[in-house]
Amino acid sequence: MTTTLPDTAVVLGADVPDWRTAVRESGRALTRAKVTRPEYTERMIGVIEEFGAYVVIAPGLALAHARPGPDVLGEGLSVVTLATPVDFGHPHNDPVRVVIGLAVANAEEHVASVARLANVFNDLGVIDRLAQATDADEVRVLLGVPAGGEA
Amino acid sequence: MRIIAVCGEGIGTSAILKVNAERALDRLGLSASVDASDLASVADAAADAQVVLTSTELAADVRAKLGRSFAEIIEIVNYFDVEEIGSKLERSLG
Repeated sequence: MTTTLPDTAVVLGADVPDWRTAVRESGRALTRAKVTRPEYTERMIGVIEEFGAYVVIAPGLALAHARPGPDVLGEGLSVVTLATPVDFGHPHNDPVRVVIGLAVANAEEHVASVARLANVFNDLGVIDRLAQATDADEVRVLLGVPAGGEA
Repeated sequence: MRIIAVCGEGIGTSAILKVNAERALDRLGLSASVDASDLASVADAAADAQVVLTSTELAADVRAKLGRSFAEIIEIVNYFDVEEIGSKLERSLG
């Protein structure tokens, strides 16, 4: 299965006051794209509350995610860029400008799509370019994912 | 040689770390198996591992879970920076 990124899963220049709202935006985008139910969003926030800001895996980039569960309807991504960067509490990689929401249906099958994501971000300039993207098409080109049937 | 990539949930971030650690090892011409683990099961996963890769945020938790294990904990700042991962692995394994 190819991961898609419909327009509904992209929010550019979101104006959020804090990391929780930023993660909630990324969760709402996943739900709009019919990838998750709203409960998943709260689980993504719970991961950060429990383990800290380790989800900020590169300077300026947070990968919001939680384990597979009944609130995950399929595998998918969302992309939220922030008008004003927010701190997640990471010692090196704050402030965050881009939040990628990730949902996976099962732990075994997600490695391939994550590897694709790793390929994209091995170019360390991509985070900057994502943060400055002005439309969903630009985001899709940067990530190398199609819009999918519903866009 | 065995390397464990650990994150809170054992999916997503640890998978990215695993993929990029494999790339770094490849570039260095080193061979090792890299597995992903969640924090809760890292003690078992790392029982026969030489190196545990994780983020600074989780390093203290990983250290507490590992107890007297011989595995070295390496903190990675940028999970996508294959050069950072490679140079830290090289220092540890070389």
